[in-house]
Amino acid sequence: MTPTTLNQTGTTMAGTTRLSVRNIRKSFGTHEVLRGISLDARDGDVISLLGASGSGKSTFLRCINLLEIADHGEISVDGELIQMEQRGGKNVPANRRQVDRIRSELGMVFQSFNLWSHMTILENVIEGPVHVLKRPRAECIAEAEVLLEKVGIAEKRNAYPAHLSGGQQQRAAIARSLAMKPKVMLFDEPTSALDPELVGEVLRVMRSLAEEGMTMLVVTHEMSFARNVSNRVIFMKSGEIDSDGAPDQLFGSGGSPSFRQFIGNFGG
Amino acid sequence: MALFQLIGFGPTGWGGLLLLASLMTLCVTAVALLIGAILGSLVAWAKLSGSRILRTLGGTYTTVFRGVPELLIIYLVYFGGSSAVTAIGTAMGYEGFLGLPSFAAGALAVGIISGAYQAEVFRGAYLAIPKGELEAAQAIGMNRSLRFRRIIGPQVFRFAIPGIGNVWQLSLKDSALVSVTGLADLMRTSQVAAGSTRQHFLFFIVGGCLYLILTSFSDRFFTSAEKRANRSMPTSLGQA
Repeated sequence: MTPTTLNQTGTTMAGTTRLSVRNIRKSFGTHEVLRGISLDARDGDVISLLGASGSGKSTFLRCINLLEIADHGEISVDGELIQMEQRGGKNVPANRRQVDRIRSELGMVFQSFNLWSHMTILENVIEGPVHVLKRPRAECIAEAEVLLEKVGIAEKRNAYPAHLSGGQQQRAAIARSLAMKPKVMLFDEPTSALDPELVGEVLRVMRSLAEEGMTMLVVTHEMSFARNVSNRVIFMKSGEIDSDGAPDQLFGSGGSPSFRQFIGNFGG
Repeated sequence: MALFQLIGFGPTGWGGLLLLASLMTLCVTAVALLIGAILGSLVAWAKLSGSRILRTLGGTYTTVFRGVPELLIIYLVYFGGSSAVTAIGTAMGYEGFLGLPSFAAGALAVGIISGAYQAEVFRGAYLAIPKGELEAAQAIGMNRSLRFRRIIGPQVFRFAIPGIGNVWQLSLKDSALVSVTGLADLMRTSQVAAGSTRQHFLFFIVGGCLYLILTSFSDRFFTSAEKRANRSMPTSLGQA
């Protein structure tokens, strides 16, 4: 997707619900990590998910694209419900094909980048469009080059991930996700594994995506991003949503006492 | 000078036969490695699978074929296989002994053993793939077969090369045992030459040298394959 079409989606389709999550529950053994989380993301929403480690925010994000299977609850992407069924007392996807297709519509950016180490940066970026979406290779390469330019690593197109800095790898991973033209982007602590001086370059890319109208769900510890870039902040505590609102409101005076205490620890 | 004539390529020399025999050794080993790769990847898959029955079967395979002497397996496949074939022949009205082709039996026997070692190599290689890369493949919407073809296969291959080079070396030496079936491999031909010329020392030294040449050349081959496959690794590992 070129930046201009992103812009158009952002402005003409505003208000459409891109992602709808209903009452997600998830336990690991006897430990209940998510205790009924619901969330709607409209087109162009940038939602920051905050919370102490162990509050379930990463698990929640991973449930959305079924890297973890929730024990209970419903997930719809762009109005399409992911079909689940009970098998052997467990909640499992009813249709693997549907899961693969929906995953291809959700971009995921991981804390540890997870670029495919045996492929060059360009190969990483075209892998999804060429092999999952089965689009013509030449077209994908042309688009990938635009994306790499956009995230600022065009000159690294033929390098392997191991030869890049963490910040460059994460920007490449963002380009890889964007190449799928996702309807929603999920970010799982995208800057937590980076050296402090490399955090800025990744946040800048994410900020420009937000400005283009990309719908984003961001698990983060970057308070400045939550406060200045996102239009909604959700604070999770013990597997539940504790506070939910506009950043101005929450960071102003609207946050719960636990939220105040949480941001207090960041010196915010 | 008579000694040089014996190992030369003249009418009284064994050079040509030894060369052919080296080629035979290479061929048996190559076919065995291929058979072993197929068996090994199946066994590795079984050992990594979620099913307990498959895991037990895979575990039994590697335990048995790594734990029993190679020579025994070769006897078992060649003589055991031959008596089975003979029994079938007798039942169908054929009188007398039917032997398995010694090349096929030898390659199969060495392949079965090689498969047990390769299974461990492949399993280790699979486990060396960073879990996050597999998750990224899932997250982008790759189905199981695409993940295997694009992400798992190439990386298993890459991580397996050093181990497979090692297995190749073992199989090359195991193939010498196939000479007990009468296959004219390097071992057997050295033996025959030594016996018929009574120059035991000479021919076993020459045979040993030829084995060394084969192993050191294959070592070089695997090292360069490893370097090529590791071009994507950090410099410390890749271009050492």
